[in-house]
Amino acid sequence: MKKKRKSLGRIKGFSIQFMPYSEIRILNSDERIRKILGIVLGNNILLLQGRLLPEEETRLIGDTMAMIGHVKGFKGIELAVIAGNGDDKLFSKFRRKFVNILSGGDLSAITIIGPATVVKEIKRNPKKIELMLNK
Amino acid sequence: MAIRIVKNFFKRIFLNIFRNKKEIKLGFYGPPNAGKTSLANRICKDFTGEEIGSVSKIPHETRNVQFKEKVEIEYKGKKLVFKMIDTPGIATKIDYEEFLKFKMKKRDAKARAKEATQGVVESIKWLDDMNIVVVVLDACENPYNQVNITIIGNLIARKIPVLIVANKIDLKKANIKKIESAFPEYEVIGISAKYGKNLEEFYESIFKLSKKIK
Repeated sequence: MKKKRKSLGRIKGFSIQFMPYSEIRILNSDERIRKILGIVLGNNILLLQGRLLPEEETRLIGDTMAMIGHVKGFKGIELAVIAGNGDDKLFSKFRRKFVNILSGGDLSAITIIGPATVVKEIKRNPKKIELMLNK
Repeated sequence: MAIRIVKNFFKRIFLNIFRNKKEIKLGFYGPPNAGKTSLANRICKDFTGEEIGSVSKIPHETRNVQFKEKVEIEYKGKKLVFKMIDTPGIATKIDYEEFLKFKMKKRDAKARAKEATQGVVESIKWLDDMNIVVVVLDACENPYNQVNITIIGNLIARKIPVLIVANKIDLKKANIKKIESAFPEYEVIGISAKYGKNLEEFYESIFKLSKKIK
């Protein structure tokens, strides 16, 4: 006889995947976008250490738009980057830029990307971030 | 050394003369339904008597990049000629079912969604061609939207002068301070494109920004 599981179990339909920045550091923009979209299209919510370059973020939006209507059930993505709000003092800014150069990216940031079919909305204000999921 | 100073002086003078005669490409960017077309229409109507495009309560009304060339704006005796470029709203998701809420037929909603996705791609492609960009935000909405941050981040990376406009200040829910605190490094001008409120301040900022064009 099978034992009844006491855990809540897995919520069907998606999983959360964490990706350290080292996974994309050596990739070029094309490869980064392809890798991210591959994860998101698999109905996963991606937590990426660091952030993409501004050009890569727009590229990601553009590629996402191009996929809507071509990939069954795909409606786009929800995207949010948690980082400093940019009102640092001059020395802090300089220090942050220096650290970013050394590490090859802004590792203090976290990027959240999820498929719109799973993530209804990412609500954010300066102090908190809320991930609203679709039922 | 002296030759270089003289050379730079003349170069600057010639560039300024040339810039004043050349059209400045002024782009309107932002999320859907923020009032980009309403603002572009207001400016175009004030200075040319014609509008640039149609507006609607249904999101993604503008699905193609729209232009109005040779728009001569006069402010405090100074004149500048602009090419106004109104772009489709940038979004990260588009669901045709959202349009059904506006009593649109399923077929039309699907077509609108398809055109809207192409519009977003077109907007992004045009970013490189702008001389100045006005980022139009709805003052009633949460400004901490990644689309806004991404657009502004791209403009900084491309060294394009940017002005943030908080539209719909005529509405009770409008909160310019929230937009100012979200983008502390930028000047934020509160306007009402619908009623033409505070446009003088907007023109002043545009004229100031035109000096920063590279």
